[in-house]
Amino acid sequence: MELLINSAFLVSAIGFILGLKLMGKPSQAKLGNSIAALGMIIAIATTAFMVIGGAPKITNIIFLFSALTAGTLIGRYMAFNAEMTGMPQLVSLFNAFGGASAVLISINEAVIQTEQTPLINFLLVVGAVLGGMSFTGSIIAYFKLEKNVNISNLKLIKFLSLFIFVIIIVSLLMYFSVRFNGLSFLIFICAMSMLSLIYGVVFTIPIGGADMPVLVSFLNAITGVATAFSGLAFNSPIMLIGGILVGATGVFLTFQMCSAMNRSLRVVLAGKIKSAGSSSSSEMEIQTITPVETASLLAFSNKIAIIPGYGMAVAQAQQACFELQKNLMAKGASVTYIIHPVAGRMPGHMNVLLAEAKVEYHMIKDMDEVNDTMEQFDICIVIGANDVVNPAAEDDPESVIYGMPIIKAYLSNQVIVMKRGMAAGYSGAENPLLGRQNCKLLFGDAKESLSRILDEIKRI
Amino acid sequence: MTHYFITDIDGVYVLIFSLLIGIEVIKNVPAILHTPLMSGANAISGIILIGAVIQVLSVPETAYFELTLASFAIVLATINISGGFFVTYRMLSMFTTTKK
Repeated sequence: MELLINSAFLVSAIGFILGLKLMGKPSQAKLGNSIAALGMIIAIATTAFMVIGGAPKITNIIFLFSALTAGTLIGRYMAFNAEMTGMPQLVSLFNAFGGASAVLISINEAVIQTEQTPLINFLLVVGAVLGGMSFTGSIIAYFKLEKNVNISNLKLIKFLSLFIFVIIIVSLLMYFSVRFNGLSFLIFICAMSMLSLIYGVVFTIPIGGADMPVLVSFLNAITGVATAFSGLAFNSPIMLIGGILVGATGVFLTFQMCSAMNRSLRVVLAGKIKSAGSSSSSEMEIQTITPVETASLLAFSNKIAIIPGYGMAVAQAQQACFELQKNLMAKGASVTYIIHPVAGRMPGHMNVLLAEAKVEYHMIKDMDEVNDTMEQFDICIVIGANDVVNPAAEDDPESVIYGMPIIKAYLSNQVIVMKRGMAAGYSGAENPLLGRQNCKLLFGDAKESLSRILDEIKRI
Repeated sequence: MTHYFITDIDGVYVLIFSLLIGIEVIKNVPAILHTPLMSGANAISGIILIGAVIQVLSVPETAYFELTLASFAIVLATINISGGFFVTYRMLSMFTTTKK
């Protein structure tokens, strides 16, 4: 019997590892996802089977199945009814649910357990604290991604964040070294959970909006670690393996994203916000262009590059963009999409959107593939991107984004930037590109502008 | 509690090996797959559910407070799991249709 249960857990652990491995290969990613999901189902079924054992309790089983069904249906509904543009938010929200669950499980275990050992208690508290932090942190990240929140009094919040962090560490040390016998563990774990919930909020608020993807990935890793601690407390190898796998992949992804932005995790988490660049927008002379003029420029160009950014996601302009590309190609022009590793709010965000609009895979190029030959393009259309084409990253050491690799759009013959207004990019940095000779601005909603250009092109 | 099958030292082995495997497995993943991968990994972190399943099945039938708390935890974790896998599936479906 034990052998059977252990083998089932082993199979599900292999499912997770194999699933993650396959998810890293474009052609097999879908299969990988299914394998990981299957591993999860096996793990849940085996656990249920193991605990039910020979003495089934009907009430408990009813509770289990109704909870499982409700959760699955809600999750499925949320997953299929969300806009593809809101993907990063959704991942963050799901992560919040996982974190909340970790807190509840730890507290519940404190209620249930009969014999207490310091080790188990320690594991439970750490699980609850990490889960709580991940819960509220993810919620804040969700709102920040949904809407750009501006908090004025950052200093106070940073101080508060440090203060609560210290309190949590000190209380943990005190409780487990001095051992207050009078204080019940249940009250202690509840208090610590409350603190961690507050900590999640104050920890997340100072972090800049542009760094949200990094944060989501980081909080994801935290949930994984919380799971691993609970796994130790429950003495369940599969929880431990799953949690650590998520923690490791999460941390690794976080570092990869950081290096794509040329920032260190420490700087991101410190929420350092430098003042915007030295030049002010009033000094810049900008040239504007109308959709009609854009259309005629495009009609006479042979090599066209499209650089999408978050603005395209907001305006839902991917479909219009695809239509335009089809029409241009029908006229004999070559069109290339160039995607910056951190364009949008998450790595791969733009790829998902373009894929949704059915843009062909081979037309999408990474920044590094084309950056050395940007001169070849007759025209670059920047749709709702700003920071990723900002030359200040290369030549203005004062700028916040100095050092970040950019798409060298300014090297092409003509740049057209579609923007809604003169506002700076997400990082808050000024963009000197807008003032350059070969750059023209097309103000307005990206989707509207694109469809007007399209109408015009069809007429030519 | 029901008895499980790892000793302390086994736990350390499992921890370290999982860590190494996790890093090894996602090395060299193209940037295009980062978002689906993150969302897939996020779904896996819902394995915390196991803890709640153990709780809901092992407490006495009349312990309604514990039952409710554990069930609520299960609902939350299941949303994480099913939502995560379904949304990953949705994202990946878009890639595969356009590939050919």
